[in-house]
Amino acid sequence: MRFDSEYFNLGYLDTLSYKDTFIHRLDPRTKLLVTLIFIIFVVSNSKYEITKLIPFLIYPVFLLTSGNIPLRAVLKKILIISPFLIFIGIFNPIFDKRTIYMIIGIPISQGWISLFSIILKFILTVSSAILLIAVTSFPGICEALEKMKVPKILVIQLLFLYRYLFVLLEESLKIVRAREARSFGKRGKDIKTFTKILSVLLIRSLERAERIYQAMLSRGFKGEIHLLRKHSIGFNDIVFAASFLTIFYILKVYNIVNIFGEELKSIFF
Amino acid sequence: MHMADALLSPAVGGTMWALTAGTILYSARKLKDKIDDKMIPLMGVLGAFIFAGQMINFTIPGTGSSGHIGGGMLLAILLGPYPAFLVISSVLIIQALFFADGGLLALGANIWNLGFYPCFIGYPLIFKKIIKGRFTNKGVMYASILSVVISLQLGALSVVFETKLSGITELPLSTFLLLMQPIHLAIGIIEGFITGAIVLYVRKLRPDLVENLEGIKTLPSGVSIKNVLISMAIIALITGGILSWFASTHPDGLEWSIEKIYGKPEVPEHPSPITEGLKTLQEKTAILPDYSIPSTSKEESETSSWPQVKPDTSLSGFLGSIMVLLLIFLFGFCIKIIRKSKTKHEI
Repeated sequence: MRFDSEYFNLGYLDTLSYKDTFIHRLDPRTKLLVTLIFIIFVVSNSKYEITKLIPFLIYPVFLLTSGNIPLRAVLKKILIISPFLIFIGIFNPIFDKRTIYMIIGIPISQGWISLFSIILKFILTVSSAILLIAVTSFPGICEALEKMKVPKILVIQLLFLYRYLFVLLEESLKIVRAREARSFGKRGKDIKTFTKILSVLLIRSLERAERIYQAMLSRGFKGEIHLLRKHSIGFNDIVFAASFLTIFYILKVYNIVNIFGEELKSIFF
Repeated sequence: MHMADALLSPAVGGTMWALTAGTILYSARKLKDKIDDKMIPLMGVLGAFIFAGQMINFTIPGTGSSGHIGGGMLLAILLGPYPAFLVISSVLIIQALFFADGGLLALGANIWNLGFYPCFIGYPLIFKKIIKGRFTNKGVMYASILSVVISLQLGALSVVFETKLSGITELPLSTFLLLMQPIHLAIGIIEGFITGAIVLYVRKLRPDLVENLEGIKTLPSGVSIKNVLISMAIIALITGGILSWFASTHPDGLEWSIEKIYGKPEVPEHPSPITEGLKTLQEKTAILPDYSIPSTSKEESETSSWPQVKPDTSLSGFLGSIMVLLLIFLFGFCIKIIRKSKTKHEI
């Protein structure tokens, strides 16, 4: 069932993010910024670029191994390539038929190259985003956002949303199970029942918000929420950021794959 | 309808980020002094509600496949434009981080496409104008279907233009539009119907809750949507201009330096930086960066967009790729071993 797995996934990433490794201890700001810059570097490669993209794998691999994150947590996300991406990308081989080179007599068109490039970019950006949250807890990200002058109301909103996400997901999981138990196949899943179910969920949520507000008032809430600040930028952060930014820049300027390839060719052939 | 990082160019992604950030700042400032204390937990819980609600499927009539709601307009109706925009943003931020729906660079575009239109066009300009405070069954249905359809059409249109301007897809604009717009018309009608039905049903079951909501909803009267739109257009033009200028001059500069390093003989006579800059500026006035247009002249694209097209290089590319992949794998493996030995020491 899709629901269970999604719910499990969310909780799983959450538990991963509370590990204590070198990378988990870095300031969330560093990881957020380096990851963003990484994505910009990856995406700024031209649409026919393949060889230059491959070395960029080093960043996700580093996060994965140094954060002690199980590979399957990431792999699952990458293997289910978003349908929208395929929907857009699949047209490239159809519309862009200029042959670019022949590999063992099979002509390869530019369209296939660009589709492959899109998929590579997808793998790199998605894995780094998933790994970012796996090595930085969500409250950590919120702390970083707050320090980076994101409006406080949005940060508070994110923290609230995250806190009650698990509660409400459990509630809708119960609802889905109850519906499943009372319906056969597609019956009971029609729009009419669905809107009523959702309305009830909405009412429960509104009531919950009311109770939360009362609980907050009784604990002395006066309209101001104070956020915990745990991290600060240290020596490790600077080393991490500086070395990866240098690596990204080198990978962007030099085509490492071609350099290695030429070397190998001169050895073997 | 989530955009993906892999389909966006940095210039388009950056522009949408700027627009979204501007709207978030504006909404936050609007809320700062007017907000009711009750609103804070309410926004968080309703964000979680949208998330939870999206997990419940229903069968789409006539197709047999199942879908889930988006919920943007429902939030706008329940909370008003500014809080709703912040809630939608936070839902999309969490989706981008935990489910990699979209991605970090595409986040700006996604928040804009799915949040801006329902909050600042669909709700204030269509829903409110039709309802005018009278919640009749027919009126609510009519208003919510129309507003959702229009918001979704605008959102889908933005997706098309963002993808097209990024220049990753080869899909012709007309085909792309024909694929996107009708699908989103159908989705819009269903979503609009569901939104209307929920608004009505909740009103019927718990009128007190709805009244309570109306009480704390903050929509300062006479809010000028026109000002918002104009300032957003200006932000878009400025950031889009700056970023695409960067995007078009920078890679060229880098490629040029690579050629210098590789010592390729056929570098055309040294262009001075000024003429180079002017040339790119000229290209810029054609709105799109040069590499995004599928080449008007064939020879040019074959030399510029893929400089190393030689059957010879494909072999070295292949060998090099395998080599680099092996090295990265080795690198990861080493880190793993270091980790393990370290943890053993600690024990």
